[in-house]
Amino acid sequence: MGKRIGMEVAIAAAEAVALCRIDMAAVYPITPQSHIAEHLSDIVHNGQIDAEFLTVESEHSAMSACVGASAAGARVYTATSSQGLILMHEILPIASAMRLPIVMGVCNRAVSGPLNIWNDHSDIMHVRECGWIQLFAENGQEVIDMTIQAFKMAEHPEVMLPALVNIDGFQLTHMIEPMEMPSQEEVDKFLPERKPFAYLHPDKPVSMGCFNMPDIFMETMKAKDMALRNSKKTIIKVWKDWAEIFGREYQPVETYKMKDAEVAIVTMGSMGETASVAVDEMRKAKMKVGLVKIKLWRPFPEEEFKAAVKGCKTIAIMDRAVSFGGVNGPVAAEIKSLFYHEQERPKIVDFIMGLGGRDVRVEDFISMAERAKKKKEDTFEFLGVRE
Amino acid sequence: MSIVQNFEVFVPKLIEKREFFSPGHRACQGCGEVVALRLVLKALGENAIISNATGCMEIISSAYPHTAWMHPYIHVAFENTAAVASGVEAALKALRRKGKISDRYVKSVGVAGDGGTADIGLQALSGAVERGHDMIFVCLDNEAYMNTGIQRSSQTPFMASTTTSPAGKVIPGQRTEKKNMPEIMVAHRALYVATACPSYPIDLINKVKKAKNTAGPSYLHILSVCPTGWRSPSNETMKLGRLAVETGIFPLYEVEKGKYRITWEVGKRRPVEDYLKIQGRFRHLTPEHIKQIQEKVDREYELLLNKVKYSKSWA
Repeated sequence: MGKRIGMEVAIAAAEAVALCRIDMAAVYPITPQSHIAEHLSDIVHNGQIDAEFLTVESEHSAMSACVGASAAGARVYTATSSQGLILMHEILPIASAMRLPIVMGVCNRAVSGPLNIWNDHSDIMHVRECGWIQLFAENGQEVIDMTIQAFKMAEHPEVMLPALVNIDGFQLTHMIEPMEMPSQEEVDKFLPERKPFAYLHPDKPVSMGCFNMPDIFMETMKAKDMALRNSKKTIIKVWKDWAEIFGREYQPVETYKMKDAEVAIVTMGSMGETASVAVDEMRKAKMKVGLVKIKLWRPFPEEEFKAAVKGCKTIAIMDRAVSFGGVNGPVAAEIKSLFYHEQERPKIVDFIMGLGGRDVRVEDFISMAERAKKKKEDTFEFLGVRE
Repeated sequence: MSIVQNFEVFVPKLIEKREFFSPGHRACQGCGEVVALRLVLKALGENAIISNATGCMEIISSAYPHTAWMHPYIHVAFENTAAVASGVEAALKALRRKGKISDRYVKSVGVAGDGGTADIGLQALSGAVERGHDMIFVCLDNEAYMNTGIQRSSQTPFMASTTTSPAGKVIPGQRTEKKNMPEIMVAHRALYVATACPSYPIDLINKVKKAKNTAGPSYLHILSVCPTGWRSPSNETMKLGRLAVETGIFPLYEVEKGKYRITWEVGKRRPVEDYLKIQGRFRHLTPEHIKQIQEKVDREYELLLNKVKYSKSWA
């Protein structure tokens, strides 16, 4: 049985990584990820797990060392934020093209400039095309669970792709929350030893990372896209297995009070909790508002999202990143393209909110839903900016 | 009785007979780098994993679905080879300790060109050597970014003409001197550092073997003649390598735990002109330019002799 704990979420994330019995971690510290780096080094230096801990000189080298180690057959982990994620960006699509099941915690933080260490989703939106499985955790429990699940998803023989877990910086990483930490026996049962399909060793030499000429590159790209799309059914299966063992259910898209909702608020990450309080308030005032939380960002759960907002007239999207000079924010772009071919499509209103740690309160969600409902057509605006 | 007359008797004792880099790759005619690589791989033997930077050796050897590599091989990107090799080393250590792979000592080896070592790859290399990984890093130095079309690097020699340091009317080629990579590696306290050149195959092989038997970070800087980039006749590659050593432009030495030692004594050095005059990249030089280069080479050689004389092993 797991144990009820009160713990800082970043520390809990590191403990979850330890439960997965990693062989190697390569981490470069950056706020707000640094507590994961520090606690993982404690875990290794105190002999809690038998692993190599590489204090690399940059995030670029962190991801590069993870690629080398994963290619050699090890179970590896890293974590980063913002500038660090962008510095390792070059290696992310290489890791997915090489089908290496690396797991990474992304402690979401605004991208410079100007420098800002606080939470939004601009870092992950910069690298969203990297070909990784991308999950969004809403609270500390989900951080623990998704970190462990991510290894199982990534290493599954029908997936073999790297996976990352988005953990809102400060708003999640630095919170002390009550959580249930699974026991080692439970995790061992859920997550057996990694069995790599091929790995670097003179016992059976292989060449990895061979370049593609134009006659084969497109086929490789399609294969990678298919692999990521196909991973959805394994991801759902892993969540089903998880629910059986641990009793906590996960879905690609979660809904709250959506049954008769006319307006759907869409969130990703920790803001789902505040939004659900706002939904309760609005329901008290007889407003038919519900909440849709995207837990699986890549591969994007198309059918699940459509099913979640079925019958809903207005979709109010919380975008926590700016697509500068673009039509609207990245989440809205995804959802608009999803409904383009539909005969009856909902009105899609996009709100850029909560950038660089700006507070998003219950009232902001209420104002967002009210504004969205009044709009005659699809619009895009910044919410809560002083002008 | 010369060695050549009794090839089958003596050579196997000096050089591994098996090939680890297959024929059929796409290196240029007269490429010195691929000769160096072939010798390095022979000297390593089968118990090695190669991490290779983007560059000439990667491009000529690994067009999917072909590979010239008999070793386990990985290419990831240009600047991160040392980091990749450090990850491989860490994985080998952990997996072997935990009994997840066969109990066999395997060396992690990074291979990069001069750009992937001294310029864009320097940060990752510095980090990996500082962390003390049990790995070898091999720089195959052909003194410019040859793979992208002969652009200058920090290893391009003074006054050499490249496509980004051209011999112009005002500026006669490369304005800077070659960055001293072996010295940088010695400053990192790499346990074993050596220079080598495939024109001296036995010297090269011995150094690779020494590096392989060093438990910790070691660094090999191998001068690799590039007929395409140096504008030299492709049948003169081995001769050019010898001239680089005999003029003192590229002395062969090793540094064991800080102690410098010349491994190939040249006696009286030849004038640098002998080396420069058969290369198109130095075609524009005037006698005054050559004199300047000679002075710089004399100065550097003097510095090296001082290191040989005064350095002590820290062990």
